Amino acid sequence: MPERDRIAEPWGTRTPYAPGEPWPVRVDTYLEEGLSEAEVDRWVQSSTILHSNGDGLDIAVKDGRIAGVRGRAVDRVNHGRLGPKDLFGWQANNDGDRLTRPLIRREGRLVETDWDTAMEAVAGRTGELLRESGPSSIGFYTTGQLFLEEYYTLAVIGHGGIGTNHMDGNTRLCTATAAASLKESFACDGQPGSYTDIDHADVIALYGHNMAETQTVLWSRVLDRLAGPNPPAVVCVDPRRTPVAAAADVHLAPRPGTNVMLMNALLHHIIGNDWIDRAYIDEHTVGFEELAKRVADCDPELAALVCGVPAENIAEAARLIGGAERLLSTVLQGFYQSHQATAAAVQVNNVHLVRGKLGAPGCGILQMNGQPTAENARECGADGDLPGFRNWSNESQVEDLARVWNIDPMRIPHYSAPTHLMKMMRYVEDGSIRFLYVSGTNPAVSLPELGRVREILAQERLFLVVQDLFLTETARLADVVLPAATWGEKTGTFTNADRTVHLSEKAVDPPGEARSDLDIFIDYARRLDLRDKDGEPLVKWSGPEEAFEAWKRCTEGRPCDYTGMSYDGLRGSGVQWPCNEEHPEGTERLYADGRFWSDPEYCESYGRDLVTGAPLEPDEYRSMNPYGRAVIKAAEYLPPHEQPDDDFPFVLTTGRTLYHFHTRTKTGRVPQLRDAAPEVWVEMSAEDAAERGWEEGDLLRVATPRGRVEARLRVSGVRPGVVFLPFHYGYWDTTGLAPEGGDGRAANELTITDWDPASKQPLFKTAAARLERIGTGDGTPAAAPTNTGSAPVTREMEPTRGGAPAMAGEDTSGPHGGGR
Amino acid sequence: MKRVGMAIKELHRSENELAGELLAVSDRHKADHELFYLGRDLARWSQRHVRRLAEVGRDYGLHLDSAPQGDPAILAAVRQKGAELLGRHHDPAMLVIRDLRGLHRAAAGVSLDWEVLAQTAQALKDRELLELTKACHPDTLRQLRWANAALKENAAQIMVAD
Repeated sequence: MPERDRIAEPWGTRTPYAPGEPWPVRVDTYLEEGLSEAEVDRWVQSSTILHSNGDGLDIAVKDGRIAGVRGRAVDRVNHGRLGPKDLFGWQANNDGDRLTRPLIRREGRLVETDWDTAMEAVAGRTGELLRESGPSSIGFYTTGQLFLEEYYTLAVIGHGGIGTNHMDGNTRLCTATAAASLKESFACDGQPGSYTDIDHADVIALYGHNMAETQTVLWSRVLDRLAGPNPPAVVCVDPRRTPVAAAADVHLAPRPGTNVMLMNALLHHIIGNDWIDRAYIDEHTVGFEELAKRVADCDPELAALVCGVPAENIAEAARLIGGAERLLSTVLQGFYQSHQATAAAVQVNNVHLVRGKLGAPGCGILQMNGQPTAENARECGADGDLPGFRNWSNESQVEDLARVWNIDPMRIPHYSAPTHLMKMMRYVEDGSIRFLYVSGTNPAVSLPELGRVREILAQERLFLVVQDLFLTETARLADVVLPAATWGEKTGTFTNADRTVHLSEKAVDPPGEARSDLDIFIDYARRLDLRDKDGEPLVKWSGPEEAFEAWKRCTEGRPCDYTGMSYDGLRGSGVQWPCNEEHPEGTERLYADGRFWSDPEYCESYGRDLVTGAPLEPDEYRSMNPYGRAVIKAAEYLPPHEQPDDDFPFVLTTGRTLYHFHTRTKTGRVPQLRDAAPEVWVEMSAEDAAERGWEEGDLLRVATPRGRVEARLRVSGVRPGVVFLPFHYGYWDTTGLAPEGGDGRAANELTITDWDPASKQPLFKTAAARLERIGTGDGTPAAAPTNTGSAPVTREMEPTRGGAPAMAGEDTSGPHGGGR
Repeated sequence: MKRVGMAIKELHRSENELAGELLAVSDRHKADHELFYLGRDLARWSQRHVRRLAEVGRDYGLHLDSAPQGDPAILAAVRQKGAELLGRHHDPAMLVIRDLRGLHRAAAGVSLDWEVLAQTAQALKDRELLELTKACHPDTLRQLRWANAALKENAAQIMVAD
């Protein structure tokens, strides 16, 4: 089998195809040194865990250990392919740093203890606070990386058992705006499009979505279309020259924080030139007149000035988008983590609604997710929603949820939207939340303004529980640390960004005494003695398959209907929800008939004011007459809250690199990935660097009113006036918790505490910063990848490669077509 | 006609006052980031209204200041510092309820003033004045709904938690 250095070539070999043809199969395999496929003891079905794409794979087991992975040719998502993080990332499971016993704080230090002592402490403190202060003193902060069964169990415990409104996931940082924009436009979460839209599209527009680095296999699909006959045109909106920008026909690099202005200018051209579908608008939408008026008032010359993008480029992008027969749009953090996040993402939905491009092959919207199981956190109600996309402000839907759980509806808090993370942090800060249970996430590195976050989490009066794989920065602040099993060590399901549900089966035992998150949550519920109104245990299941069956009952009749699925049925390819009697094979595209889930009695959300964030009251929503129609919402541009000035002349934007995931707790422990991007860097344009006489590799200090970071300079294709920092780098592999004296290296030392009023997603893309040089380099370039968005522009250097340890198999000899 | 001038003048005053109150609430709750930023964003709407009312007022012989009243920087800084010092305590959260209630009342008053002006403009068939009310009054209603929603979002935790 041919092998490739997949660090040097993250997207692997091209397998070109034409529009409408099936994407050819290419099976990628990586096994540990010296092991052949024939020697593998067992292959265990799963899916990828270090991004949102949901690529089907099999885990290789040798002598009771995970020893490699192979892409599943039959899977509808990846047709056998895997990305670098999937090929190599599993090695973190076997790392010697894994937590193997619970830890408890005694006399200020974390010491090992047994499960009973640890869980009694956790449940004991919960009970104490419930008696003293009530449920509003208890908060839960989970992740986008557990399994569906675990989120659902947590949601039952929090919303139904304890009765707290304070539950959110770190999906708030990555996918909250995806959900919010879908709720605004379609009155319900649920991805309209399908990844197969790439096979059919004639124009693909990527808005703030560096797909090449965030979903490498999906980008391979685009690259294969671009290499085949009749390729699609590509439009890219990104302030950096990413691999997507390099492949684009039109690249718009707006000033960060001006997305709404740019979208209004695009819509100005599209509506002004009558590239719209009147019949579709009339029959399937409400609100068009207001949008038409709003964007008619948007002067394209002024927009060009505000966004810092040539007016003719905006017009050219609009011409491509406006002329597309089969238009696919994708959106990610460049919109979601920026100023006016929801308002901007909603305008992308509006482009499709006014052009009537929804529900047909190639006509998709992908409001992407960042994490592998973000969709489940949303569906299951573990992240600021109620389970089954139920509407917290609709009494009859809350009653229906109470019926499923067999409890009094009054036990489910629904007097406001579930508390979002940043608000929970505020309640911890003011001391009204005294117990915070964090599972599978690392807020001490991932939240904005880390100085503040560390102070909040370190408070004596807070009882902090952290459930994770490693002793993260956050775990170091905890009162109790619970060692969790991860992917490959437990069974469960999870759902990717295009609604594809995968089964991930247990391949090996977790290390030491580590337990699955599901087992830990169930133990917690038993110790709290949570019961339904008949005195039966509220959490009625003890294993993943039972939990899945319970979840199915919770989704019956809801948009995310799982009732037609089973663990057995998921052994094969993934399946897209809704999957029920009516759609036993699942559903590839939503809204094919132009009917939306917007009936006031059925919809998940009545929406919010895009500027003030105020939720619409039920009668306000009804008065828009949305029954079955989509809602077109216009938005005015507002300038960002923190803008560059004389003291802080640059716009700071943060982001990711292809080779790492989140705070590197896994990928930083994998040699191939660690070495591809070993330390933090800062990007600046050639123009800005030359003006200051700074060069590649110089040591810079980046400062905002909130903190300072030291990093080596990479002169890259970022827009002049903007600097970029990757956010992955924290302190677990340096000083432990925080910078000791001096400057830090976590980008979030610098970011601002501010969020989008509608989605409550924090802003990571708009802050004002000052830079100074504190040391000249010795000619060594910054340790940033050369084949990604951080590609150098001023000089030649050794290209990023992985060498022999990064060689992975690629088999393109199999039958074409693959799983659909 | 004299009464129309009085209505414009009164609205000019009440919008100025609402803008000032939004800014003051923003400063007082600097530790609550959403109140801080939205107070400032929404004050901008009232300031825009002040400017437009001053323009229209000229047609009615009024000499209204088109520059919104500023908030003395020193006072704002004092309020913000106070908010930061109290940020670690829960009891001052009661002030949030008081302040949002005050904002709601102020915005409701401004909203009624716009109703009066809109009715007057229709009776006088004054297109310019009517257009102004159509452009501005929806902003006031959004300010009003925001104050109500922010109160709803915050009330339970403030009242129930220790």
